[in-house]
Amino acid sequence: MNKKLSLQEWLGEAEQSRISFADFCISQQSNFLEKSRQDIITDMLAILDVMEQSVMTGLSGVKSRGGLVGGDALRLQAYSSDQAQRSVIGPTVNRAITMALAVGEANAAMGKIVAAPTAGSSGVLPAVLFSLGEAWNIERVELAKALIVAGAIGMVIASRASLSGAAGGCQAECGSAAAMAAGAAVVLHGGTPGQVGNAVAITLKNMLGLVCDPVAGLVEVPCVKRNAGAAAQAMVAAEMALAGITSVIPVDEVIDAMAAVGSSMSCTLRETSQGGLAVTPTALAWTQKIFKD
Amino acid sequence: MNLFDIIGPVMVGPSSSHTAGAVRLGNLALAILGEPVSQAMIELHGSFAQTYRGHGTDLALIAGLLGWPPDDLRIPQSFEYARQAELEYHILKTNLGDLAHPNTVRFRLTGKNGASSEITGASVGGGSVIITDVDGFALEFTGELTALLTMHQDKPGVVALVTSILSNQGVNVASMRLSRQDKGGLAVMVLETDETISDEVIAVIKAMPQIKAVRRILRA
Repeated sequence: MNKKLSLQEWLGEAEQSRISFADFCISQQSNFLEKSRQDIITDMLAILDVMEQSVMTGLSGVKSRGGLVGGDALRLQAYSSDQAQRSVIGPTVNRAITMALAVGEANAAMGKIVAAPTAGSSGVLPAVLFSLGEAWNIERVELAKALIVAGAIGMVIASRASLSGAAGGCQAECGSAAAMAAGAAVVLHGGTPGQVGNAVAITLKNMLGLVCDPVAGLVEVPCVKRNAGAAAQAMVAAEMALAGITSVIPVDEVIDAMAAVGSSMSCTLRETSQGGLAVTPTALAWTQKIFKD
Repeated sequence: MNLFDIIGPVMVGPSSSHTAGAVRLGNLALAILGEPVSQAMIELHGSFAQTYRGHGTDLALIAGLLGWPPDDLRIPQSFEYARQAELEYHILKTNLGDLAHPNTVRFRLTGKNGASSEITGASVGGGSVIITDVDGFALEFTGELTALLTMHQDKPGVVALVTSILSNQGVNVASMRLSRQDKGGLAVMVLETDETISDEVIAVIKAMPQIKAVRRILRA
């Protein structure tokens, strides 16, 4: 896509027409895709089914191909039932990060997932959507609509910056996934378009500069736990935005800043495994062990 | 880019470029060969060569050559299925030079009916791929649209004939690329089209005396 999209423009249009941002996004996507609103929602419901299945895959206990991750989602689930009264982050966020780890682990074990926006960040949206869906008893179709909003946010980020770790670091993958999920969370809560914009902006600001430094080049360490962190960041930002807290820097400018940070990031920190965690002594030892011929 | 590129694809992990993209490259190579694969020599370059094992790129490429989609749950077991299908494969590391995309693969394929083809392509991010070379001819197509591939004699009128056959059938050409070895020698053309191309159209093009081979590659 050549034309830069603007989230501010879209949010403004929704506000002016006095419709919810979800309705605005669905109408707009219906025009883009030349598909009926109902067909798009039906497609999203099918995608939600795959996402839900990917959570189940992770929670069935899996081991990754590289052998660096697996079993942590189950560990967290067991902890949360033991420690229900003393959770540091509360049951909803606990559930979210459990699901984020589950999908990340399923992905690393060659399970079926939805790349949203990428495979490496595929745990974030299922985590936020399903944990809030369970906590607030939200109908499936509302989750599908929130997922469309998330997709629209992702399109803006892709057009102004990037969704790829190789181009923009982890801020572009897990950061974007979290920003998309934060917008979706605000929509699920019934927030305004303005609050969606603030949630997206705050999330990206909090994750700005995050590098992509996978150990041994695998989508395992630190990717899986970063999905959990990103899900929590999304919820933190949504909570602030819903409380009426605003971002001083407007959302389009934040996205542009992320693009600039991404392009000034050293190549060693953009999915090449030549910097960051990937070159720590322990990481190098693992790399040798995994790839010994 | 549309909504379903962002929320999707549905795929088997762990990597859209190194797993889903690898399946798609295998799918395209199979379509270009035009018949089931009996032997595959697969050379990996750059990041593909460095990290293929941890990403299941090898399993994904074979799954692609078997014609499976990127969300096929059998992908982790594709080697066993290849043995059952009598698909003999070798996976090697290579260096195709600094100019090659880091996720490049070169297939040397032989088909069950004796066809052979050498195909180079790259996985360029998010599961998107590009084929850059077929049998020594530089070309460029992504498989996101229906594509028509012809190998023909480099003579005046061949291109015009093919495109007029397509236009008579109401098929719109979205992009076109032509490459030849020598003036008057063999040439390769890739046309990407908005509409699908019928069996009849393929048969008519195949019957042209200047055409050596035709392949239709259906959009993913």
